[in-house]
Amino acid sequence: MAEQTNKPANLKVTIDNITVEVAPGTTILQAARQIGGDVTPPAMCYYSKLEGSGGKCRTCLVEVAAGSAADPRPMPKLVASCRTGVMDGMVVKNITSDRVQDARAGVVEFLLVNHPLDCPVCDQAGECHLQDLGYEHGKEGTRFEFKRRTFEPEDIGPYIQLHMNRCILCYRCTYVADQLTDSRVHGVVDRGDHANISTHISKAIDNNFCGNMIDVCPVGALTDKTFRFKNRVWFTKPVEAHRDCDQCCGKVTLWQRGDEVLRVTARKDEWGEVKSYDGKPGWICNTCRFDKKKASDWVIEGPTNINRHSVIAQGHYTGLQKPHETLPAVMDGRDPKLLMDIHSVSEVNRVDISALPGAATSETFKK
Amino acid sequence: MGRKLLLDKAHVENIRLYEVYRREGGYRSVEKALKSMSPDQVTDEVKKSGLRGRGGAGFPAGLKWSFLAKPEGVPRYLVVNADESEPGTFKDRYLMEFIPHLLIEGMITSSYALGSTTSYIYIRGEYAWIVDILEQAIAEARHNGWLGKNILGSGFDCDIHVQRGAGAYICGEETALLESLEGKRGNPRIKPPFPAVKGLWGCPTVVNNVETIAAVVPIINEGGEEYAKIGIGKSTGTKLISACGNINKPGVYEIDMTISVEEFIYSDEYCGGIPNGRKLKACIPGGSSVPILPANLLLKTAKGETRLMNYESLADGGFASGSMMGSGGFIVMDDRQCVVRHTYTLARFYRHESCGQCSPCREGTGWMEKILLNIETGKGKMSDIDLLWDIQRKIEGNTICPLGDAAAWPVAAAIRHFRDEFEWHVNHPEEAQTRNYGLAHYADPLVLTA
Repeated sequence: MAEQTNKPANLKVTIDNITVEVAPGTTILQAARQIGGDVTPPAMCYYSKLEGSGGKCRTCLVEVAAGSAADPRPMPKLVASCRTGVMDGMVVKNITSDRVQDARAGVVEFLLVNHPLDCPVCDQAGECHLQDLGYEHGKEGTRFEFKRRTFEPEDIGPYIQLHMNRCILCYRCTYVADQLTDSRVHGVVDRGDHANISTHISKAIDNNFCGNMIDVCPVGALTDKTFRFKNRVWFTKPVEAHRDCDQCCGKVTLWQRGDEVLRVTARKDEWGEVKSYDGKPGWICNTCRFDKKKASDWVIEGPTNINRHSVIAQGHYTGLQKPHETLPAVMDGRDPKLLMDIHSVSEVNRVDISALPGAATSETFKK
Repeated sequence: MGRKLLLDKAHVENIRLYEVYRREGGYRSVEKALKSMSPDQVTDEVKKSGLRGRGGAGFPAGLKWSFLAKPEGVPRYLVVNADESEPGTFKDRYLMEFIPHLLIEGMITSSYALGSTTSYIYIRGEYAWIVDILEQAIAEARHNGWLGKNILGSGFDCDIHVQRGAGAYICGEETALLESLEGKRGNPRIKPPFPAVKGLWGCPTVVNNVETIAAVVPIINEGGEEYAKIGIGKSTGTKLISACGNINKPGVYEIDMTISVEEFIYSDEYCGGIPNGRKLKACIPGGSSVPILPANLLLKTAKGETRLMNYESLADGGFASGSMMGSGGFIVMDDRQCVVRHTYTLARFYRHESCGQCSPCREGTGWMEKILLNIETGKGKMSDIDLLWDIQRKIEGNTICPLGDAAAWPVAAAIRHFRDEFEWHVNHPEEAQTRNYGLAHYADPLVLTA
């Protein structure tokens, strides 16, 4: 996390043969994020700005080959890197460990066995962490030959659409409700594979900061009703904008098509998390998110940088930044195919959005 | 006849009542501990006794107690895990139902050792009538000065509360239990921190099984070294075994851990053999989560030694050819039983009881159940067996709490030892609906795992 870089860095940890110095109290995942690139384990449930999150999805499992300099014994089990603290002299294996790759492939398969795989009609497609994870670690086929588990649709109010079938139960939205809003009216009911996110019973979620649940949702389980089915995210042009807001930081990303502001979200960093300003997470209020849908409501700063491994990063955006690549260094020069290069040639990417003077319009894509 | 330490007095008439229990020598351990021993001395005695946790994992109790953090000004808690939900295990129920004061006595002594002034019994919701028995025993103990302020003039205060669970197997996992006790959803916590550092309400907490705490009473009465003389090796003292399945005399038996498995099943003193002269097919020696063993590996280890009823011997050979002592739920299966059917039943149980917090357990248990149902009902494919093996492998060790392991082990062991029976189900779908595979032959586990 950003605030930790000010403290003295005095623990040495080696992740996939790359050594980094981190502050005490850093977790393995945070240390890996300091290195960046492919040695960073994927995280579906961990969210550094939400206290208590993490440990649930098991995608960030890593192998600890040596516990610390003082006690170099390996840990017998794979550990959740998001919740395991770094020790001095720790040696961690992520992409260099076959055990980790095998376990992670298993976790991705588990996450997908009951997932509806309805990306073509899902608003999250293009910026979905599960989609990215599926591309990177999943297999092309499924071994699951049964009817998928489904849930009855539930209306949770005017702003947020709940698609329980897509949910991976990361619990992030419950932490948002606990830590950002006045009261939590939703939670996880039932257990096991029929556990689901629900309000009890059929209440509307309309707390002022509840819209942040949409931003933290790694999949398409919670989507913006005001943006629903309006456009695919890769056709929209993201720009940074701000306004004076007495309730939140007012720093947002507008997703535009033509003159229309289709969607407003908080600004996100390369890990898909909300960016911090002055050490505080830049959560935005419902007014900014749902009500200010005119370009004239906002002061436009400039195009948003897309800088994470994701399907959306296939589009041509101004200032597209590929994340720092560590793979060749770790894999002894080998450079397997990466997510960002998979779809570099497709119908969608014919249009160079970055070359447009303003926001994309429907005319742009008819050429 | 082995020595009995816990159930010795369990059948004295009216032993549930305080007067009778006291007359039979009850509460001596509290007197001894509070009047003549320091808390550390009590812990030392438990350490010397070699007592291992009776809940399933077999972790040395004294060692667990010594890990308890003791920061100044922070309360510490003792929580007794009476959420006995493992299929096949019913020993704690027996102990609490017949001789409740033994648990209360053990709790007071243990609370003294740990410095816990408020201790809890978290009891399985289905044991509703036992809550009344325990409340009665606690009221009697309090009335007679064994609970409350300044017990026996020692300056030690202690009180005990009973909390009923709501019927979730997962709440037997210690951190889920603590969450549930705090009034939250019973999801296991991510460790570390362990309860010994941050447990109930963020305070250092020791969570022990009912039988473990009850065993503290004879340990203090007779001394840890005396207790350690019973049993063999690191399996000291006596163990309650709840035997069920195809045996003549199902019930709870207190054994010292030197008898052989064969003696336990066939001697009249214990299970009394298998009804109608049927043959032993398989056995789950420690509650539903531990690996099933076929008869040949149950009675003798892979090395050909006689298998004994204790922690080391039952685990001999690892999971390739051994099992675990577990919580002592001894389930015996005769030649009429179908291993596939049985494994399906267990998989259904674990699917239903998974808390749904972490992905491998939530999705994997349901998947395994579906595949097993297919195989059992004659719709299975040969590749399903390998798929099951792969799924269990990806659940095991990758979950937050041991429920994932507990769901994976029975499936793994069934395939490891009874693969031919699964294959027979796949190859003879119609025949499998009308008759059982029986004892045809056992797959050789050592060949399969090599």
